[in-house]
Amino acid sequence: MTELLLRVRDLRTYFVTEQGRGTARAVDGVSFDLHAGETLGIVGESGCGKTVTSLSLLRLIPEPPGHILPGSFIELEGRNLLTLAPKALRAIRGNEMAMIFQEPMTSLNPVFTVGDQIAEAAIVHQGLSRRAARARAIEMLKLVGLPDPETRVDHYPHQLSGGMRQRVMIAMALVCGPKVLIADEPTTALDVTIQAQILELLNRLQDELGMAVILITHDLGIVAGTVDRVLVMYAGQVVESAPTPELFARPLHPYTEGLLASVPRLDTPHPRRRLHSIPGQVPAATAWPAGCRFHPRCPYAWDRCTVEEPPLLDAGKGEPASHVVRCWLLAEPARRTRQP
Amino acid sequence: MATWLVRRVAASLAIVFAVVTFTFLLLHLAPGEPFLPSGDTPIDPAVVARLRHQFGLDQSLPLQYAKYLGALAHGQLGESFALHRPVADALGDAIPNTLVLVGTALVLELLLGLAFGVYQAARARRLPDVALGYATLFLNSVPTFWLGLLLLLVFGEALRWFPVGGVVDPVVHASLPWAGRTADRLWHLALPALTLGCVGAAGTARYERAAMLEVINQDYVRTARAKGLPERRVVLVHALRNALLPLVTLFGLSFPFLLTGAVLVEWVFAWPGMGKLTAEAIFRRDYPVVLAAATSASTMVVLGSLLADVLYAIADPRIRVHGE
Repeated sequence: MTELLLRVRDLRTYFVTEQGRGTARAVDGVSFDLHAGETLGIVGESGCGKTVTSLSLLRLIPEPPGHILPGSFIELEGRNLLTLAPKALRAIRGNEMAMIFQEPMTSLNPVFTVGDQIAEAAIVHQGLSRRAARARAIEMLKLVGLPDPETRVDHYPHQLSGGMRQRVMIAMALVCGPKVLIADEPTTALDVTIQAQILELLNRLQDELGMAVILITHDLGIVAGTVDRVLVMYAGQVVESAPTPELFARPLHPYTEGLLASVPRLDTPHPRRRLHSIPGQVPAATAWPAGCRFHPRCPYAWDRCTVEEPPLLDAGKGEPASHVVRCWLLAEPARRTRQP
Repeated sequence: MATWLVRRVAASLAIVFAVVTFTFLLLHLAPGEPFLPSGDTPIDPAVVARLRHQFGLDQSLPLQYAKYLGALAHGQLGESFALHRPVADALGDAIPNTLVLVGTALVLELLLGLAFGVYQAARARRLPDVALGYATLFLNSVPTFWLGLLLLLVFGEALRWFPVGGVVDPVVHASLPWAGRTADRLWHLALPALTLGCVGAAGTARYERAAMLEVINQDYVRTARAKGLPERRVVLVHALRNALLPLVTLFGLSFPFLLTGAVLVEWVFAWPGMGKLTAEAIFRRDYPVVLAAATSASTMVVLGSLLADVLYAIADPRIRVHGE
């Protein structure tokens, strides 16, 4: 197995809501490993804690109202990011661990040229001169496939299309050659054709630069094509984690099952059947259900699920803990009977 | 850009023309006459009639108006009724004083307003922000002349730190060396400029605080943090540069406000500027002075807002490119 880069254990990020009327437990005990060169996908519906998880990794959660609970643990190559001094943390942000965001339209500063915004991280982290940083920015724009980079470098964000802006964001994130790239729904705001281009670009860059990628998405189609390992999140927790082929072949958590059944397919035996959807919606983070957090929406739920919270159970295939599921069905497989 | 500028200048000229016309009409509609005998100084009606004839006040209003416009087009502002000197000379003395006062107040307003606004936003909803919030609300609410009188009483009268009026010390100024004369001017400028500047700064600070708070939650500020920039740079470069845009608008708006405020402040501090000149001229029905003062004030305001528009185009690349 390759070198372990990032180790996250029991990450809990809570938000104190307005007027202190309760605590939103947006991320509630998430653990995972990321190895060098690996692509990890984090999937789930809106409101299940994907974005907060990714922001927590770089400690970009606004505090207050948010805070990462003591006992959480984010370790990048042996350094615990949660106890790091602000200066040491800044030396990691954008340098060893970089991030691209969902909204390329608003994530770039409108009053600076894209060249300046790309060059900035190189100046701050690598001490490059303005001239060298500019040359570096042009190089990065070329790398992300922006046509005519020598001209584009002096353009302002509003002069670029959404896809081009996301390329600029990627160039900005990669300018210092990070070991980890966090991509939070990088294609959600883009047209479908542009989505494919951006994903292709990310794949190519990962091959060329050898970084590890955390890809956050709600789109299982994206996961299937690009990701080594999938983390399915629900209600602030990891509910299933498995290598991608294993997850698609043998989804064990009812939530994963529901997600996979909700993907429209052209090759199903009954193409005219109504597309599956998981009933209900993700509950509010201030009031997760007792017991298994998925039980109100689960077709298999029985008494035990409403009172006893399941731990992550090993599905027992392949290496130990390579496929884990947070569901009592693993303890009582006889109850897995297809509901009407 | 060039066509835009031409159009903008043409519009500005039209505004100045409209101001001249309305001021002319209002002056003559208003009750009172320049040469009316007041209670304690009886004048022979024959003298009044001669004076009215001499200054052309016995002619019809449209004719007076046409004549005034004609003279104005030739750059002639006429002769003051009361000051016994050309209006241009009186304005020439007064305008630099007002520009110094308003200019200093404007600098104070922008610098103090910006500094306090950014500081408040950085400490939003904590004690320093709340305290400053009340202070700026107070300053923004009090009348300018009241604040001027207060400062005058405290720092001029009670503590005697600053002079109570005038532009320079009438006795010693001429005998001072260059540096001393400058210091004397600044010393006299301090209280009126602070009065005018503080009221404006309070408003600017409230404006800038709101602008910063809006910008600080934008996605691109998070991007700047994700890049690993120091918090100082995140706030003072990435956020502030965007929060400066509304301030440019405010600059254009605050110029006329400052000129109006200057009228009262000049009165309180016996500052021989345009405001004082205009106010006195209005009381005396000194038509040529009032008209010329209104014309030059409106010209300044129009130039100020023109400057603000140009600054806006420089500050915001999105506007710059659209204009090209």
